[in-house]
Amino acid sequence: MIDLKQLHKSYYTEAISLHVLKGINLHIDAGEYVSVMGASGSGKSTLLNILGILDTYDSGEYYLDGTLMKNLSEKQAAHYRNEMIGFVFQSFNLIGFKNALENVALPLYYKNVSRKKRNIIAMELLEKMGLKDWAYHMPSELSGGQKQRVAIARAMISNPRIILADEPTGALDSQTTVEVMDVLTNLNKQGITTIIVTHEKAVADATNRIIHLKDGMIEYETRKENGVHNAYIHAVQNI
Amino acid sequence: MNDHLQEIFSTLKKNKLRTTLTGLSVSWGIFILIVLLGAGNGLKNGVMSNFSSRAVNRISLWSGTTSIPYNGLKSGRNLHFMEKEISTIHHEVTQSDLITARSDKSQTISYGSEYGTYQVRGVMPAYSEIEKLVIQQGDGRFINQLDINQTNKVIVLDRKIVEVLFKGKPALGQYVKVGQLMFKVIGINSKKEQWGGSNAYIPFSTSQVIFNPDKKFNQIMFTVNGLETKAANERFDEALRNLMGRSLSFDPQDKQALWVNNTQAEYIETMKIFGGITIFVSIIGIFTLIAGIVGVSNIMLVTVKERTREIGIRKAIGAPPSSILKSIILESIIITAIFGYVGLMLGIGVTELVNFLMEQAAAANASSDSMQMSVFKNPTVDIGYAVFATVVLIIAGVLAGYLPARKAVKVHPIEAMREE
Ligand SMILES: Nc1ncnc2c1ncn2[C@@H]1O[C@H](COP(=O)(O)OP(=O)(O)OP(=O)(O)O)[C@@H](O)[C@H]1O
Ligand SMILES: [Mg+2]
Repeated sequence: MIDLKQLHKSYYTEAISLHVLKGINLHIDAGEYVSVMGASGSGKSTLLNILGILDTYDSGEYYLDGTLMKNLSEKQAAHYRNEMIGFVFQSFNLIGFKNALENVALPLYYKNVSRKKRNIIAMELLEKMGLKDWAYHMPSELSGGQKQRVAIARAMISNPRIILADEPTGALDSQTTVEVMDVLTNLNKQGITTIIVTHEKAVADATNRIIHLKDGMIEYETRKENGVHNAYIHAVQNI
Repeated sequence: MNDHLQEIFSTLKKNKLRTTLTGLSVSWGIFILIVLLGAGNGLKNGVMSNFSSRAVNRISLWSGTTSIPYNGLKSGRNLHFMEKEISTIHHEVTQSDLITARSDKSQTISYGSEYGTYQVRGVMPAYSEIEKLVIQQGDGRFINQLDINQTNKVIVLDRKIVEVLFKGKPALGQYVKVGQLMFKVIGINSKKEQWGGSNAYIPFSTSQVIFNPDKKFNQIMFTVNGLETKAANERFDEALRNLMGRSLSFDPQDKQALWVNNTQAEYIETMKIFGGITIFVSIIGIFTLIAGIVGVSNIMLVTVKERTREIGIRKAIGAPPSSILKSIILESIIITAIFGYVGLMLGIGVTELVNFLMEQAAAANASSDSMQMSVFKNPTVDIGYAVFATVVLIIAGVLAGYLPARKAVKVHPIEAMREE
């Protein structure tokens, strides 16, 4: 599903350049349930953005479903984002002047699905998220957990193969964190490759594979065995 | 399409106040433009109507008094036309078309106990067409060649005279007294004289026999064809002076000897002035429009800036760049087109209202004897302009939206979503 080979990424701001990803090698199979952990500034979001084709990388290779994601036109990038990937953000990123239903339905607008049809599909998803009664509420009227579930519904609506979530529970309390994680875990069970960036051990523990980033490199990773992590440490990768 | 419009309206609605303010500036610009165009047209129509009340290609000649000695002849000679000049012009001026001699005499015309003093014009049949007289169905006919040949004592009266003399009784076929002679009324002219006053028309031959036994007269009117430019008219006038100079023995440079009134030249000059006015108004219009475009463009830039985060979100969920571009440009077109149309309609409304009021005033005036000269008439803008304006507004919308749209397309989703 996802193949990264010697991926490098630097940010250039005026005089300073910041080497953020320093040769990432990573393979994620279809249907995997993965989390990415690491200190602040270690490059987690950068990595996830590249995976979501929201950002570009400098060198190395990124294969998505066997296709090299390099030098994509804006149009191609938009196509992959719309067709393959669902993004969930810490700050929800709902559109403030659209109600929950319209927010969820929006990706289908860009697939030229009729308003009526996309509203039906969006409503089904909201129902699954337990938000049927909130469909016509504006984001400002929803709680954090509700907003994030709306955002997840929106990420789901175009039937993506991959869900990328950048600290989806970062703004939620522990109770709603559990709710949101349940939703994500369920999605993964339906076969969607799910990658979650998180600071929280509890969140990471819900996933089957934890990748630890440090200074732009994969320090180590753990896989869940018999329902428990830390069973063994996979090889540390070097540049 | 409907779906896209709904999507755009949802964003427009979000910024109602700003959308309205921008829009109103466009409305105002278009409104001013239409009113200006209307005023220009009104002025033009007014002046043109004064032209069109007679043939625009008319040339009038008056014989005058020489002021320069010529070929041993002293200055101060009174010149007169004879039939010879008519045939000279008719045969030698290739551009000439209709021609008439004219000889005016103030006479008392009476019918029974009613009478009045009027200009009695001895004219040829072409006069009617040159001066665009109006003889309505049932009002008889104008003087014809037979009347000329037979020096018939027939007369055509302006409607005013008929009203005065006949007081509603039928006039056609009746006899009126002109001086000491009886003339049969053969026609009634409904066209009003521009400067007031009323005329009666009799065959030129008859008029000469009665009033000018010496066969002299002092006015010739004729129409010309094919003189399209001012220069052509000037050359023509010069050639005409030479021709008449030879015929009547005067120095062609002697402006006093022959008065030439060339309506065609005036017409061309006037058209030029209106061409200038149109260009002037168009330039104002173009600048108004540019100001509007810049205004809308600026507001759209602000909108895009404010919507950066939203645009970033849209891109993150897979909005293709073309869709972003299209939506911003469409938004711009909608603002310019809708508000432009409002301005257009208001402008047309105002010009139509002014036109309506003026027509009412004209109708109220029609019965009085006041001058019919109008400087302002039908100050409206025709539908062709409206269609043209629509196209222009759409183009303006595209132009105004293009830059902001490019900016929106370049929004980086990550950076946009980081903005708060
Ligand atoms: N657009 C940018 N321009 C310049 N530097 C950037 C940019 N985005 C991120 N960085 C820097 O790159 C480094 C990695 O950022 P990144 O957001 O990937 O970290 P992270 O692991 O997600 O951290 P956090 O846990 O705080 O979210 C940080 O030092 C950050 O300041
Ligand atoms: Mg981050």
